[in-house]
Amino acid sequence: MATKSLKARHNGLAEKNEQLKILNGGVFEEGELPYFKDKIALTGHYPLRPKKLEIFQINLGYMCNQVCEHCHVDAGPDRKEIMTRETMQYCLEVIRNTGAHTLDLTGGAPEMNPDFRWFVEEAAKAGIQDFIVRSNLTIIRANKKYHDLPEFFKKHNVHVVSSMPHYTRGKTDKQRGDGVFDKSIKALQELNAVGYGLPDSELKLDLVYNPSGAFLPGDQVAMEKDFKKALKEDFDIQFHHLFAITNLPISRFLDYLIATDNYEDYMYALVEAYNPSAVENVMCTNTISVSWDGWLYDCDFNQMLELKVDSKIKHIKDYNEDILNDRDIIISQHCYGCTAGAGSSCQGTVA
Amino acid sequence: MAKSYYDPADLRKFGKITEWSEELGTKFFDYYGKVFEEGALSAREKSLIALAVAHVVKCPYCIDAYTKDGLQKGITKEEMMEAVHAGAAIESGATLVHGVQMMNKYDKLSM
Repeated sequence: MATKSLKARHNGLAEKNEQLKILNGGVFEEGELPYFKDKIALTGHYPLRPKKLEIFQINLGYMCNQVCEHCHVDAGPDRKEIMTRETMQYCLEVIRNTGAHTLDLTGGAPEMNPDFRWFVEEAAKAGIQDFIVRSNLTIIRANKKYHDLPEFFKKHNVHVVSSMPHYTRGKTDKQRGDGVFDKSIKALQELNAVGYGLPDSELKLDLVYNPSGAFLPGDQVAMEKDFKKALKEDFDIQFHHLFAITNLPISRFLDYLIATDNYEDYMYALVEAYNPSAVENVMCTNTISVSWDGWLYDCDFNQMLELKVDSKIKHIKDYNEDILNDRDIIISQHCYGCTAGAGSSCQGTVA
Repeated sequence: MAKSYYDPADLRKFGKITEWSEELGTKFFDYYGKVFEEGALSAREKSLIALAVAHVVKCPYCIDAYTKDGLQKGITKEEMMEAVHAGAAIESGATLVHGVQMMNKYDKLSM
């Protein structure tokens, strides 16, 4: 299990161009598999264009208390990129005026940003319909100063979305680090204790499942049933929905695929599972992603590949929703991850 | 021609059998797909049965496919290994139950 980010290890894949070179080369360059662009052109989806903006997703920084094997952000304790209060001010201005109904805060561990609480308090005042914080759970137990996070989330009616790769200890710890499972269970119990995730509760608690290896997620509904049964029976934990998210072949997951000689098979699996009806609803068509330093992207994955939006509006300080919505979405072969099977987005399946 | 009888990359080409007999190939894959749908048995249960049978018929392609399928369905390694044992028990039982035939024959031929 790695304890440092690719960046801190000076791994070649920390360079975005190296990743893009791999995604554009190999089996795609040799014509064994079709480029994503050509695949979506077959059903008239190229160029991919945004629909109505629904989700405004802000990455508060790449710092995290965990170093997960599959992390597409290459997050970790050694990452110092953190959103400043000044950039947050620009974001707040946009949140007050956006047509989006969902505000989605992510990271790293967004709670580690020193201005996190201030930002949540200010953003909550904007009265956005669905206010999501993506929490890795263990942060709640990581340090005394985070122990009251369940109460804080409750106070601001935050919708908590948490990662939980499996309901067994072995699989969870292998992907996310030793001890992560026990801490996550404890954190979930604490969220339940303040009312999160209970059947009729308005305090929404959803879990995110990522496969812990080089395979695609199974049926989201069936997985949700298994997770609910196991977590209830073993730990008396309840939650609302499970989002099954496909691991995209970028950053640390790409490094893992290459190191274990699984890259080609994985790309074949993604392309074989291509589902044209998932293309209709891929998240880049209703989401804008903002990086810690205020740049705008079609999605969090493009953010990590440093592929900024193809628009004259590229930064949050110049934000203009109408101009921004009139753009072509930037795609590459990693996009097959969002169109495989039932599709994948930060809100789970899409088809 | 490949130098070995089994090549993992051939599994990806399974669908190509339809090219040389479209009607039968299509019928087979329709049937195959239908079998593994959720029914009186869950897709999860069927995946474990398929894994056990894959071992009994010693099909390396099927073992690869249904190990991956099990992972995708969240099946644990303990469950997978128990399924393999269920297959192995039936297979060895099938051998051993013939021991009764041997005993019968032995008794019949002996004074």
